[in-house]
Amino acid sequence: MKKDIILAGVGGQGILTIATIIAQTALKAGLNVRQPEVHGMSQRGGAVEAHLRLSSDHIYSDLIAPGTADLIISVEPMEALRHLDSLSPTGIIVSNAKPIININDYPEVEKIIAAIEAIKGSKVIDADKIAADLGNPRSMNIVLLGAAAPFLGFDPSLLEATIASLFERKGQAVVDANLKAFHAII
Amino acid sequence: MKKILLGDEAYAQGVLDAGLSGCYAYPGTPSTEIMEYVQNSKLAAERGIHREWSSNEKTAMEEALGVSYAGKRAIVCMKHVGLNVAGDGFVNSAVTGTNGGLLVTVADDPSMHSSQNEQDSRFYAQFAMIPCIEPSSQQECYDLAKYAFELSEKNEIPVLIRLTTRLSHSRSNIETADAPSAMNDLHAPNNPRRFVLLPAIAKGNVKKLCEKQADFAKLSEESPFNKLIDGKDTSLGIVATGIAYNYVMEAFGGNCPYPILKISQYPLPKKMLSTLLNKCDKIMVVEEGAPFVESQLRGPLEDPRIMGRLTGHLPRTGELNPYLVAKAFDLKVAEPPAIPDLVKMRPPRLCDGCPHVSTYNALKEAIAKFEDPRVFGDIGCYTLGALPPFQAISSCVDMGASVTMAKGAADAGIHPSVAVIGDSTFTHSGMTGILDAVWENANITVMILDNGTTGMTGGQTSIGAGRLETICIGLGVNPDHVKVITPLPQKHAENVETIAAELKYEGLSVIVSRRECIQTLRRKK
Repeated sequence: MKKDIILAGVGGQGILTIATIIAQTALKAGLNVRQPEVHGMSQRGGAVEAHLRLSSDHIYSDLIAPGTADLIISVEPMEALRHLDSLSPTGIIVSNAKPIININDYPEVEKIIAAIEAIKGSKVIDADKIAADLGNPRSMNIVLLGAAAPFLGFDPSLLEATIASLFERKGQAVVDANLKAFHAII
Repeated sequence: MKKILLGDEAYAQGVLDAGLSGCYAYPGTPSTEIMEYVQNSKLAAERGIHREWSSNEKTAMEEALGVSYAGKRAIVCMKHVGLNVAGDGFVNSAVTGTNGGLLVTVADDPSMHSSQNEQDSRFYAQFAMIPCIEPSSQQECYDLAKYAFELSEKNEIPVLIRLTTRLSHSRSNIETADAPSAMNDLHAPNNPRRFVLLPAIAKGNVKKLCEKQADFAKLSEESPFNKLIDGKDTSLGIVATGIAYNYVMEAFGGNCPYPILKISQYPLPKKMLSTLLNKCDKIMVVEEGAPFVESQLRGPLEDPRIMGRLTGHLPRTGELNPYLVAKAFDLKVAEPPAIPDLVKMRPPRLCDGCPHVSTYNALKEAIAKFEDPRVFGDIGCYTLGALPPFQAISSCVDMGASVTMAKGAADAGIHPSVAVIGDSTFTHSGMTGILDAVWENANITVMILDNGTTGMTGGQTSIGAGRLETICIGLGVNPDHVKVITPLPQKHAENVETIAAELKYEGLSVIVSRRECIQTLRRKK
């Protein structure tokens, strides 16, 4: 088993929470993990990314080679397309629909979404709206994780225990809210 | 124990488990997480391990050398350019030698993700004539700690640990020991006179250091981190250093037909190298950073058998990746799809509510009244003031250079000449520049942006924050020209007036612009 995943977003959106949940779960499932991420200057409202490599065999490179990623998970639609050069011909994108418009020349959102949906098997979901409708807007990431869960290469239900333990110290209500977000569109 | 750790964290866990007594550092990407991990470690708290930030890399280096003098194990951590700041103590620590193990830990930033240059610290290790270990994986980051401390103590020499961005900032599952080793007891160095670098003593020390070189080379031959891996096809041999080894293995799918020499310990293992060179027709050198090994192998006569970054098989600058490495070997690779034109640049920017925004707005308005003003910047979040919408600074060179470049420009006749520097950068390297300016009453205005933290690296302790005006007055700045403003939109007019008055004043002024970083403030809520 081998999955190469790109996580993308804008600094401050918390793509590393998604990465952490997947990586911790993969470790428990006995897989090897590599997860290079961006720290430092670009975290300040700029484009950020993390690579996540999961494999039952030894993993050599931390970075995913261009044109070979199985999956792009993006919490922002234009950021999903920024990493299109990473995607393999059979790879798919799971992206949030809501744009973060903090630049002057942000393109038309409809065109971006159409470009993502043109890639076979890809999904664009309004994770912000779904999370807000569930009464927990901050769980946008977890809604998106749920949408991506079937494509991770291991049993999606294994993620539940990791989500529960991650939010444990914030109380059972927060755990339940996040599990609900996870199941919103899995 | 199985854990997922960043390379920086794996290294920190490694030194903790190897009996560390003191961690010294100044924050700098990609090295910051080493100290942060030690600060958050339960073991470090239980053992009372030193884990406070230092003013700069030089003070950190010397403090760590003091711990070593006392017989205990210490690490000092910094980013690559920090070693320039620590350079004096670093090079001379090779001459004094060490007592307790001392690991000078430097995280290089090839491709300059968060840096001004991409200098390769292996040159520094060679320059100081000390061993250097360059791990190739997070597991090696952990494993090397005990080995390196022992190497340091046995040979009474500091060891340079070279990390690079993609190792420091990548997580991996690693195996750690179940129980940590004991810490060293306090003990005096044998022959304590060797720490007194009077010429008469230093001469003997330098001679001894030269004599040790043969031992260091032998250690590299026997190192568990260097290995010669046989291959059937000897038409080509590969030298792969540090993390570049992974890219080579990835490119060949873990099954390389050519012999490979993996190098993670220096000085270069000459016997291993000559075995490879004698066996193979040509050699491809793959290294993350400068062509350090490649240029040594090519030599001044540019041996055409040696290929790599200098021959264009790999890019001359920038970090490597599996794609670039596969291309160097003419392997078939997936061609990446094009990124649509729809995608626009999204550069980093100052946060909404950041105090620097108000400071720059006020400074820009105050300075607009002058014909040809110049603002010299420094290293920190406020360097983003160079980008739109502010475009407010003309330079960013090195820690503290705003004050001294502004002074030089004023010496040459530029007016107004303004320095913009953050609180942490000021106490790192700005204070000595102020002393120069005080001595000559230089006609400059220094704006110290005091947000109470070392912001760019994520909010670490800033040693002088909150008392910068006292420090400046102590350094001799005329108290009448030391002003404090609060960078808030509602104070804009008042701030413009204060700045304009000090720009007009012919002499040294300091304006402290003080409001807490919006990121650290949010975290408190």
